[in-house]
Amino acid sequence: MWKFFHHLTSPPHYYRVGATLIPWLAIPGLALIAYGTYAGLFLASEDYQQGDAFRIIYVHVPAAYLSMLAYAFMAFGGGIGLIWRMKLAHAVGAAAAPLGAAFTFLALVTGAIWGRPMWGTWWEWGDPRLTSELILLFLYFGYMALRSSIDDTAKADKASAVLALVGVVNVVIVHYSVEWWSSLHQGQTLFKKGGPGMDADMLYPLLAMIFGFTLLFGALLARRIRTEVLFRERRTRWVRELVLAPEGGK
Amino acid sequence: MDALAMGNYGPYVWSCFALTFIVIVFSDWRSRVRHKQVYRDIEVRIKALEERQ
Repeated sequence: MWKFFHHLTSPPHYYRVGATLIPWLAIPGLALIAYGTYAGLFLASEDYQQGDAFRIIYVHVPAAYLSMLAYAFMAFGGGIGLIWRMKLAHAVGAAAAPLGAAFTFLALVTGAIWGRPMWGTWWEWGDPRLTSELILLFLYFGYMALRSSIDDTAKADKASAVLALVGVVNVVIVHYSVEWWSSLHQGQTLFKKGGPGMDADMLYPLLAMIFGFTLLFGALLARRIRTEVLFRERRTRWVRELVLAPEGGK
Repeated sequence: MDALAMGNYGPYVWSCFALTFIVIVFSDWRSRVRHKQVYRDIEVRIKALEERQ
């Protein structure tokens, strides 16, 4: 079992499997996003309080959720890499960071754009959800800066993995901040007791967007991991054989 | 036109969707470029080594 798992996560094996995996994630992801965008913008009825401004949730919620999921990947990869010294695990962490930063940036900006008409302000420093999400963005920046400041890949892996693991606390704070403290930001809608607090015509496009964005994130991450693996293994025999093969191995 | 106006929230709604899709397309493009770059660098280095041998 362990041998099989080790083979599955070996860099050359992942490099081959990753190429096959990308379209299987990207195509259904894009189809779900296309449906979710159309249904969210044109079919879902408007909110009785927020009017059409509520439609921002169809991009804000998936971005916010992925900002935390990417960090979980980063920390999980770091943890596995530190404990079992699995090469692929550190590559996962390094590949997830720029994507996580992009989705955190999107969550913050779309949240601010939503906040302007709803709360009358772009930003509120006293709000725990907003400030913890901003700290999450800084953690991504810190992680990437730390990695790029250390030339030795093994040392960069260890240092960044520790930072990723320490920063997990902030992900928990981001998630529960609306329950622990009084916040301008609205509370849980999808996972609250008694079921989701929205009608089916609003809910299905949102679920489609969340699953679609997750699949697309998977495809983007899979491609970034392939690049990271290729770069880390650039001096190995399998990469040499891959590049010299007549059909190539891009 | 009503769909574009989004009950006077049009600029807020459309700018969020536009920004999201720009960031996703940029992330995809950037990862493709980086992959090609890494692959090409390795290819050049290995072929130079082969020629030298």
